[in-house]
Amino acid sequence: MTEVTTPLWEVFIRARNGLSHKHAGSIHAADSEMALQAARDVYTRRGEGQSVWVVRSSDIVASDPVDKDMMFEPTATKIYRHPTFYEIPDEVGNM
Amino acid sequence: MYSQGLIGADGATEEDEAFLQAFQKRIDAELKIEPNDPMPEGYRKTLVRQMSQHAHSEIIGMQPEGNWITRAPTLRRKAALLAKIQDEGGHGLYLYSASETLGVSREELTDQLLSGAAKYSSIFNYPALTWADIGAIGWLVDGAAIMNQIALCRCSYGPYARAMIRICKEESFHQRQGYEIMIALCNGSDEQKELAQDALNRFWWPSLMMFGPSEGDSVHSSQSMAWKIKRFSNDDLRDKFINATVPQAEYLGLSVPDPDLRWNEQTKSYDHGDIDWEEFWRVVKGDGPCNRERMKNRRRVHREGAWVREAALAHAQKREERKQTSRMAAE
Repeated sequence: MTEVTTPLWEVFIRARNGLSHKHAGSIHAADSEMALQAARDVYTRRGEGQSVWVVRSSDIVASDPVDKDMMFEPTATKIYRHPTFYEIPDEVGNM
Repeated sequence: MYSQGLIGADGATEEDEAFLQAFQKRIDAELKIEPNDPMPEGYRKTLVRQMSQHAHSEIIGMQPEGNWITRAPTLRRKAALLAKIQDEGGHGLYLYSASETLGVSREELTDQLLSGAAKYSSIFNYPALTWADIGAIGWLVDGAAIMNQIALCRCSYGPYARAMIRICKEESFHQRQGYEIMIALCNGSDEQKELAQDALNRFWWPSLMMFGPSEGDSVHSSQSMAWKIKRFSNDDLRDKFINATVPQAEYLGLSVPDPDLRWNEQTKSYDHGDIDWEEFWRVVKGDGPCNRERMKNRRRVHREGAWVREAALAHAQKREERKQTSRMAAE
Protein backbone atom coordinates (compact mmCIF):
# COMPACT_ATOMS: atom_id res chain seq x y z
CA MET A 1 0.00 0.00 0.00
CA THR A 2 2.65 2.51 1.07
CA GLU A 3 5.25 2.65 -1.72
CA VAL A 4 8.21 3.72 0.41
CA THR A 5 8.72 1.75 3.61
CA THR A 6 9.36 3.58 6.87
CA PRO A 7 12.90 2.74 8.10
CA LEU A 8 13.49 0.39 11.01
CA TRP A 9 15.55 1.49 14.04
CA GLU A 10 17.00 -0.52 16.91
CA VAL A 11 16.43 0.96 20.36
CA PHE A 12 18.97 0.83 23.21
CA ILE A 13 18.12 2.05 26.69
CA ARG A 14 20.28 2.90 29.70
CA ALA A 15 18.17 2.06 32.74
CA ARG A 16 20.24 4.28 35.02
CA ASN A 17 23.61 5.94 35.07
CA GLY A 18 26.30 3.39 35.79
CA LEU A 19 24.75 0.76 33.52
CA SER A 20 25.39 0.32 29.81
CA HIS A 21 22.75 0.82 27.13
CA LYS A 22 20.89 -2.42 26.45
CA HIS A 23 18.91 -3.46 23.39
CA ALA A 24 15.20 -2.98 24.10
CA GLY A 25 13.58 -3.64 20.71
CA SER A 26 12.92 -1.81 17.48
CA ILE A 27 10.57 0.76 16.00
CA HIS A 28 9.80 2.32 12.63
CA ALA A 29 10.31 6.04 12.04
CA ALA A 30 10.99 8.35 9.12
CA ASP A 31 13.96 10.13 10.72
CA SER A 32 16.19 10.11 13.79
CA GLU A 33 14.17 12.69 15.68
CA MET A 34 10.91 10.79 15.26
CA ALA A 35 12.73 7.55 16.04
CA LEU A 36 13.83 8.95 19.42
CA GLN A 37 10.31 10.12 20.22
CA ALA A 38 8.74 6.81 19.20
CA ALA A 39 11.37 4.88 21.21
CA ARG A 40 10.53 6.94 24.26
CA ASP A 41 6.77 6.33 23.83
CA VAL A 42 7.08 2.63 23.11
CA TYR A 43 9.89 1.52 25.43
CA THR A 44 9.95 3.89 28.42
CA ARG A 45 6.37 4.22 29.66
CA ARG A 46 7.32 3.20 33.19
CA GLY A 47 10.58 4.93 33.94
CA GLU A 48 12.69 2.25 32.25
CA GLY A 49 15.30 4.67 31.04
CA GLN A 50 17.59 7.62 31.65
CA SER A 51 18.98 7.65 28.13
CA VAL A 52 17.95 6.25 24.74
CA TRP A 53 20.00 5.46 21.63
CA VAL A 54 18.44 4.72 18.27
CA VAL A 55 20.45 3.18 15.43
CA ARG A 56 19.29 2.47 11.89
CA SER A 57 18.87 -1.31 11.75
CA SER A 58 20.44 -1.33 8.29
CA ASP A 59 23.63 0.17 9.79
CA ILE A 60 24.18 -2.76 12.15
CA VAL A 61 26.72 -5.32 11.02
CA ALA A 62 26.02 -8.72 12.57
CA SER A 63 27.89 -12.00 12.56
CA ASP A 64 26.19 -14.87 10.78
CA PRO A 65 25.07 -17.73 13.07
CA VAL A 66 26.48 -20.11 10.42
CA ASP A 67 29.95 -18.76 11.25
CA LYS A 68 29.40 -19.28 14.96
CA ASP A 69 31.98 -22.06 15.29
CA MET A 70 34.64 -20.29 13.28
CA MET A 71 34.08 -17.05 15.20
CA PHE A 72 33.80 -18.27 18.75
CA GLU A 73 34.94 -21.88 19.01
CA PRO A 74 38.72 -21.07 19.21
CA THR A 75 38.23 -19.37 22.59
CA ALA A 76 36.78 -22.56 24.07
CA THR A 77 40.14 -24.33 23.81
CA LYS A 78 42.14 -21.47 25.36
CA ILE A 79 41.45 -22.37 28.93
CA TYR A 80 44.73 -20.73 29.99
CA ARG A 81 42.91 -17.41 29.56
CA HIS A 82 40.92 -18.14 32.70
CA PRO A 83 42.27 -17.63 36.25
CA THR A 84 41.25 -21.14 37.34
CA PHE A 85 43.83 -22.60 34.91
CA TYR A 86 46.63 -21.60 37.28
CA GLU A 87 47.22 -23.40 40.54
CA ILE A 88 48.07 -21.33 43.55
CA PRO A 89 48.72 -23.06 46.90
CA ASP A 90 46.00 -22.57 49.53
CA GLU A 91 48.52 -21.01 51.92
CA VAL A 92 48.91 -18.05 49.60
CA GLY A 93 45.23 -17.16 50.13
CA ASN A 94 42.99 -15.34 47.70
CA MET A 95 44.57 -14.16 44.51
CA MET B 1 -2.74 -8.66 26.22
CA TYR B 2 -4.68 -10.32 23.87
CA SER B 3 -3.44 -13.51 22.34
CA GLN B 4 -5.82 -16.24 21.36
CA GLY B 5 -5.33 -19.89 20.60
CA LEU B 6 -3.77 -19.85 17.14
CA ILE B 7 -6.38 -19.81 14.38
CA GLY B 8 -5.54 -21.86 11.30
CA ALA B 9 -1.95 -22.85 12.03
CA ASP B 10 -0.16 -24.99 9.51
CA GLY B 11 3.25 -26.17 10.59
CA ALA B 12 3.92 -28.12 7.39
CA THR B 13 7.60 -28.14 6.55
CA GLU B 14 9.86 -29.74 3.95
CA GLU B 15 13.38 -29.93 5.33
CA ASP B 16 15.29 -33.20 5.46
CA GLU B 17 15.14 -35.45 8.50
CA ALA B 18 18.68 -34.70 9.70
CA PHE B 19 18.03 -30.94 9.73
CA LEU B 20 14.73 -31.34 11.56
CA GLN B 21 16.28 -33.65 14.13
CA ALA B 22 19.16 -31.29 14.80
CA PHE B 23 16.67 -28.45 15.25
CA GLN B 24 14.50 -30.55 17.56
CA LYS B 25 17.57 -31.39 19.64
CA ARG B 26 18.21 -27.70 20.22
CA ILE B 27 14.58 -27.15 21.19
CA ASP B 28 14.62 -30.14 23.56
CA ALA B 29 17.76 -28.76 25.20
CA GLU B 30 15.74 -25.56 25.90
CA LEU B 31 18.08 -23.51 23.69
CA LYS B 32 16.33 -20.39 22.38
CA ILE B 33 16.11 -19.87 18.65
CA GLU B 34 17.28 -16.41 17.52
CA PRO B 35 16.36 -14.49 14.32
CA ASN B 36 19.14 -15.58 11.95
CA ASP B 37 19.44 -19.15 13.22
CA PRO B 38 18.54 -21.89 10.76
CA MET B 39 14.93 -22.99 11.38
CA PRO B 40 12.35 -25.14 9.60
CA GLU B 41 10.06 -23.17 7.30
CA GLY B 42 7.02 -24.52 9.19
CA TYR B 43 8.40 -23.17 12.45
CA ARG B 44 8.94 -19.75 10.89
CA LYS B 45 5.50 -19.68 9.26
CA THR B 46 3.69 -20.78 12.42
CA LEU B 47 5.45 -18.09 14.42
CA VAL B 48 4.81 -15.32 11.89
CA ARG B 49 1.16 -16.23 11.90
CA GLN B 50 0.82 -16.53 15.66
CA MET B 51 2.85 -13.41 16.50
CA SER B 52 1.15 -11.24 13.90
CA GLN B 53 -2.33 -12.43 14.99
CA HIS B 54 -1.28 -11.50 18.48
CA ALA B 55 -0.07 -8.05 17.36
CA HIS B 56 -3.24 -7.40 15.34
CA SER B 57 -5.30 -8.35 18.41
CA GLU B 58 -3.52 -5.72 20.49
CA ILE B 59 -4.20 -3.06 17.87
CA ILE B 60 -7.86 -3.95 17.28
CA GLY B 61 -8.25 -4.43 21.04
CA MET B 62 -7.79 -0.70 21.54
CA GLN B 63 -11.19 -0.05 19.93
CA PRO B 64 -13.74 -1.47 22.39
CA GLU B 65 -12.10 0.39 25.26
CA GLY B 66 -11.33 3.52 23.27
CA ASN B 67 -15.09 4.05 23.06
CA TRP B 68 -15.14 4.80 26.79
CA ILE B 69 -12.27 7.25 27.20
CA THR B 70 -14.49 10.31 26.93
CA ARG B 71 -17.17 8.71 29.12
CA ALA B 72 -15.05 7.38 31.99
CA PRO B 73 -16.80 8.27 35.28
CA THR B 74 -13.84 10.00 36.96
CA LEU B 75 -10.51 11.55 36.02
CA ARG B 76 -8.71 8.70 37.84
CA ARG B 77 -10.54 6.07 35.76
CA LYS B 78 -9.92 8.06 32.59
CA ALA B 79 -6.17 8.35 33.21
CA ALA B 80 -5.95 4.60 33.93
CA LEU B 81 -7.97 3.69 30.83
CA LEU B 82 -5.85 5.93 28.61
CA ALA B 83 -2.66 4.38 30.00
CA LYS B 84 -4.03 0.88 29.48
CA ILE B 85 -5.01 1.55 25.88
CA GLN B 86 -1.63 3.14 25.21
CA ASP B 87 -0.04 -0.05 26.58
CA GLU B 88 -2.08 -2.16 24.16
CA GLY B 89 -0.78 -0.06 21.27
CA GLY B 90 2.76 -0.50 22.62
CA HIS B 91 2.28 -4.25 22.96
CA GLY B 92 1.14 -4.41 19.35
CA LEU B 93 4.36 -2.64 18.36
CA TYR B 94 6.61 -4.98 20.41
CA LEU B 95 4.95 -7.92 18.71
CA TYR B 96 5.13 -6.47 15.21
CA SER B 97 8.86 -5.85 15.60
CA ALA B 98 9.37 -9.35 17.00
CA SER B 99 7.50 -10.72 13.94
CA GLU B 100 9.66 -8.65 11.62
CA THR B 101 12.76 -10.51 12.84
CA LEU B 102 11.36 -13.48 10.89
CA GLY B 103 11.63 -11.68 7.58
CA VAL B 104 8.19 -10.14 7.06
CA SER B 105 7.84 -6.37 6.70
CA ARG B 106 5.58 -4.17 8.81
CA GLU B 107 3.80 -3.10 5.63
CA GLU B 108 3.02 -6.73 4.71
CA LEU B 109 1.66 -7.40 8.19
CA THR B 110 -0.50 -4.28 8.09
CA ASP B 111 -1.82 -5.21 4.65
CA GLN B 112 -2.73 -8.70 5.91
CA LEU B 113 -4.80 -7.17 8.70
CA LEU B 114 -6.49 -4.56 6.51
CA SER B 115 -7.30 -7.00 3.71
CA GLY B 116 -8.82 -9.42 6.20
CA ALA B 117 -6.28 -12.14 5.34
CA ALA B 118 -4.99 -12.15 8.93
CA LYS B 119 -7.14 -12.90 11.96
CA TYR B 120 -7.25 -11.29 15.36
CA SER B 121 -8.71 -12.44 18.65
CA SER B 122 -12.47 -13.04 18.39
CA ILE B 123 -13.12 -11.27 21.71
CA PHE B 124 -12.72 -7.80 20.19
CA ASN B 125 -15.71 -8.29 17.98
CA TYR B 126 -17.96 -7.92 21.00
CA PRO B 127 -19.13 -4.41 21.95
CA ALA B 128 -18.38 -2.60 25.23
CA LEU B 129 -21.94 -1.43 25.89
CA THR B 130 -21.68 -0.11 29.45
CA TRP B 131 -18.97 1.19 31.80
CA ALA B 132 -19.13 -2.17 33.60
CA ASP B 133 -17.88 -3.77 30.38
CA ILE B 134 -14.62 -1.86 30.81
CA GLY B 135 -14.30 -3.53 34.22
CA ALA B 136 -15.17 -6.94 32.78
CA ILE B 137 -12.72 -6.55 29.89
CA GLY B 138 -9.82 -5.75 32.22
CA TRP B 139 -10.74 -8.49 34.66
CA LEU B 140 -11.74 -11.31 32.27
CA VAL B 141 -10.27 -10.52 28.86
CA ASP B 142 -6.90 -9.34 30.16
CA GLY B 143 -7.04 -12.12 32.76
CA ALA B 144 -7.49 -14.75 30.06
CA ALA B 145 -4.78 -13.16 27.95
CA ILE B 146 -2.34 -13.17 30.87
CA MET B 147 -2.85 -16.94 31.35
CA ASN B 148 -1.91 -17.46 27.75
CA GLN B 149 0.96 -15.02 27.75
CA ILE B 150 2.67 -16.23 30.90
CA ALA B 151 2.95 -19.60 29.16
CA LEU B 152 4.40 -17.86 26.09
CA CYS B 153 7.22 -16.24 28.10
CA ARG B 154 8.95 -19.61 27.77
CA CYS B 155 8.38 -19.90 24.03
CA SER B 156 11.39 -21.28 22.14
CA TYR B 157 11.68 -18.24 19.86
CA GLY B 158 13.79 -15.64 21.66
CA PRO B 159 12.28 -12.37 20.37
CA TYR B 160 8.72 -13.61 21.05
CA ALA B 161 9.59 -14.78 24.56
CA ARG B 162 11.30 -11.47 25.34
CA ALA B 163 8.32 -9.45 24.07
CA MET B 164 6.03 -11.62 26.20
CA ILE B 165 8.07 -11.06 29.35
CA ARG B 166 7.85 -7.34 28.84
CA ILE B 167 4.14 -7.49 28.08
CA CYS B 168 3.34 -9.66 31.12
CA LYS B 169 5.14 -7.21 33.39
CA GLU B 170 2.93 -4.40 32.13
CA GLU B 171 -0.22 -6.46 31.96
CA SER B 172 -1.03 -7.06 35.55
CA PHE B 173 -2.07 -3.42 36.02
CA HIS B 174 -4.69 -3.95 33.31
CA GLN B 175 -6.38 -6.80 35.10
CA ARG B 176 -6.23 -5.10 38.48
CA GLN B 177 -7.75 -1.85 37.22
CA GLY B 178 -10.59 -3.87 35.66
CA TYR B 179 -11.26 -5.81 38.83
CA GLU B 180 -11.19 -2.60 40.85
CA ILE B 181 -13.93 -1.19 38.59
CA MET B 182 -15.97 -4.35 39.25
CA ILE B 183 -15.46 -4.02 43.03
CA ALA B 184 -16.64 -0.40 42.96
CA LEU B 185 -19.77 -1.35 41.00
CA CYS B 186 -20.54 -4.36 43.21
CA ASN B 187 -20.26 -2.20 46.33
CA GLY B 188 -22.53 0.43 44.77
CA SER B 189 -26.27 0.71 44.18
CA ASP B 190 -28.45 -2.19 43.01
CA GLU B 191 -28.37 -0.79 39.49
CA GLN B 192 -24.57 -0.68 39.52
CA LYS B 193 -24.37 -4.26 40.71
CA GLU B 194 -26.78 -5.27 37.96
CA LEU B 195 -24.52 -3.59 35.41
CA ALA B 196 -21.58 -5.63 36.74
CA GLN B 197 -23.57 -8.90 36.57
CA ASP B 198 -24.74 -8.08 33.05
CA ALA B 199 -21.15 -7.43 31.92
CA LEU B 200 -20.02 -10.75 33.41
CA ASN B 201 -22.94 -12.51 31.68
CA ARG B 202 -21.94 -11.17 28.29
CA PHE B 203 -18.15 -11.50 28.62
CA TRP B 204 -17.84 -14.87 30.38
CA TRP B 205 -18.31 -17.20 27.42
CA PRO B 206 -16.42 -15.10 24.86
CA SER B 207 -13.52 -14.95 27.37
CA LEU B 208 -13.45 -18.76 27.59
CA MET B 209 -13.41 -18.88 23.78
CA MET B 210 -10.22 -16.79 23.78
CA PHE B 211 -8.21 -19.93 24.54
CA GLY B 212 -9.36 -21.46 21.26
CA PRO B 213 -11.14 -24.78 20.62
CA SER B 214 -10.08 -28.06 22.21
CA GLU B 215 -7.26 -29.42 20.14
CA GLY B 216 -8.05 -33.11 20.50
CA ASP B 217 -5.43 -34.88 18.43
CA SER B 218 -4.69 -31.92 16.19
CA VAL B 219 -1.45 -32.48 14.28
CA HIS B 220 -0.68 -28.75 14.06
CA SER B 221 -1.06 -28.31 17.76
CA SER B 222 1.23 -31.19 18.67
CA GLN B 223 3.83 -29.84 16.24
CA SER B 224 3.63 -26.44 17.99
CA MET B 225 4.03 -28.21 21.32
CA ALA B 226 7.04 -30.20 20.09
CA TRP B 227 8.65 -26.99 18.83
CA LYS B 228 7.82 -25.34 22.17
CA ILE B 229 6.03 -22.48 20.46
CA LYS B 230 3.15 -23.56 22.63
CA ARG B 231 3.64 -24.91 26.13
CA PHE B 232 0.15 -25.89 27.30
CA SER B 233 -3.00 -27.07 25.56
CA ASN B 234 -5.93 -24.67 25.04
CA ASP B 235 -8.06 -26.70 27.45
CA ASP B 236 -5.41 -26.69 30.19
CA LEU B 237 -5.05 -22.92 30.01
CA ARG B 238 -8.83 -22.46 29.94
CA ASP B 239 -9.22 -24.63 33.07
CA LYS B 240 -6.50 -22.65 34.82
CA PHE B 241 -8.32 -19.44 33.99
CA ILE B 242 -11.68 -20.75 35.24
CA ASN B 243 -10.13 -22.00 38.47
CA ALA B 244 -8.54 -18.62 39.11
CA THR B 245 -11.58 -16.56 38.12
CA VAL B 246 -14.55 -18.28 39.78
CA PRO B 247 -13.41 -17.36 43.34
CA GLN B 248 -12.90 -13.76 42.16
CA ALA B 249 -16.52 -13.69 40.93
CA GLU B 250 -17.65 -15.11 44.27
CA TYR B 251 -15.79 -12.35 46.10
CA LEU B 252 -17.70 -9.81 44.04
CA GLY B 253 -20.97 -11.56 44.86
CA LEU B 254 -21.62 -12.16 41.15
CA SER B 255 -22.76 -15.43 39.63
CA VAL B 256 -20.94 -17.03 36.71
CA PRO B 257 -23.48 -17.58 33.90
CA ASP B 258 -22.92 -21.34 33.61
CA PRO B 259 -25.51 -23.63 35.28
CA ASP B 260 -23.18 -26.63 34.76
CA LEU B 261 -20.21 -25.07 36.54
CA ARG B 262 -19.25 -27.39 39.41
CA TRP B 263 -16.18 -27.99 41.55
CA ASN B 264 -14.79 -31.44 40.85
CA GLU B 265 -13.14 -32.84 43.95
CA GLN B 266 -11.32 -35.55 41.98
CA THR B 267 -9.65 -33.28 39.43
CA LYS B 268 -9.41 -30.37 41.91
CA SER B 269 -10.74 -28.21 39.12
CA TYR B 270 -14.05 -26.78 37.89
CA ASP B 271 -16.12 -28.69 35.34
CA HIS B 272 -17.84 -26.28 32.98
CA GLY B 273 -20.75 -26.35 30.54
CA ASP B 274 -20.41 -26.68 26.77
CA ILE B 275 -18.91 -23.76 24.91
CA ASP B 276 -20.82 -22.62 21.82
CA TRP B 277 -18.10 -23.19 19.22
CA GLU B 278 -20.47 -22.34 16.42
CA GLU B 279 -20.61 -18.84 17.80
CA PHE B 280 -16.81 -18.78 18.00
CA TRP B 281 -16.35 -19.75 14.36
CA ARG B 282 -19.06 -17.35 13.26
CA VAL B 283 -17.23 -14.50 15.01
CA VAL B 284 -13.79 -15.59 13.74
CA LYS B 285 -15.11 -15.75 10.18
CA GLY B 286 -16.42 -12.20 10.29
CA ASP B 287 -19.98 -12.39 11.59
CA GLY B 288 -19.59 -11.22 15.18
CA PRO B 289 -21.48 -8.20 16.49
CA CYS B 290 -18.67 -5.73 15.65
CA ASN B 291 -16.35 -7.33 13.04
CA ARG B 292 -17.34 -4.94 10.28
CA GLU B 293 -17.12 -1.88 12.47
CA ARG B 294 -13.67 -2.82 13.82
CA MET B 295 -12.25 -3.37 10.34
CA LYS B 296 -13.95 -0.28 8.94
CA ASN B 297 -12.39 1.87 11.68
CA ARG B 298 -8.95 0.32 11.24
CA ARG B 299 -9.01 0.86 7.46
CA ARG B 300 -10.29 4.40 7.82
CA VAL B 301 -7.61 5.35 10.34
CA HIS B 302 -4.90 3.80 8.16
CA ARG B 303 -6.18 5.72 5.13
CA GLU B 304 -6.47 8.97 7.05
CA GLY B 305 -2.93 8.58 8.39
CA ALA B 306 -1.40 8.02 4.96
CA TRP B 307 -0.57 11.70 4.41
CA VAL B 308 1.22 11.83 7.77
CA ARG B 309 3.45 8.87 6.87
CA GLU B 310 4.16 10.36 3.45
CA ALA B 311 4.89 13.82 4.86
CA ALA B 312 7.24 12.40 7.52
CA LEU B 313 9.19 10.47 4.90
CA ALA B 314 9.32 13.47 2.54
CA HIS B 315 10.54 15.70 5.38
CA ALA B 316 13.23 13.16 6.32
CA GLN B 317 14.35 12.95 2.70
CA LYS B 318 14.47 16.74 2.32
CA ARG B 319 16.60 17.11 5.45
CA GLU B 320 18.92 14.34 4.31
CA GLU B 321 19.40 16.04 0.93
CA ARG B 322 20.09 19.41 2.57
CA LYS B 323 22.69 17.78 4.77
CA GLN B 324 24.36 16.25 1.73
CA THR B 325 24.35 19.57 -0.15
CA SER B 326 25.88 21.55 2.70
CA ARG B 327 28.49 18.82 3.20
CA MET B 328 29.43 19.02 -0.47
CA ALA B 329 29.55 22.83 -0.29
CA ALA B 330 31.85 22.65 2.74
CA GLU B 331 34.20 20.31 0.89
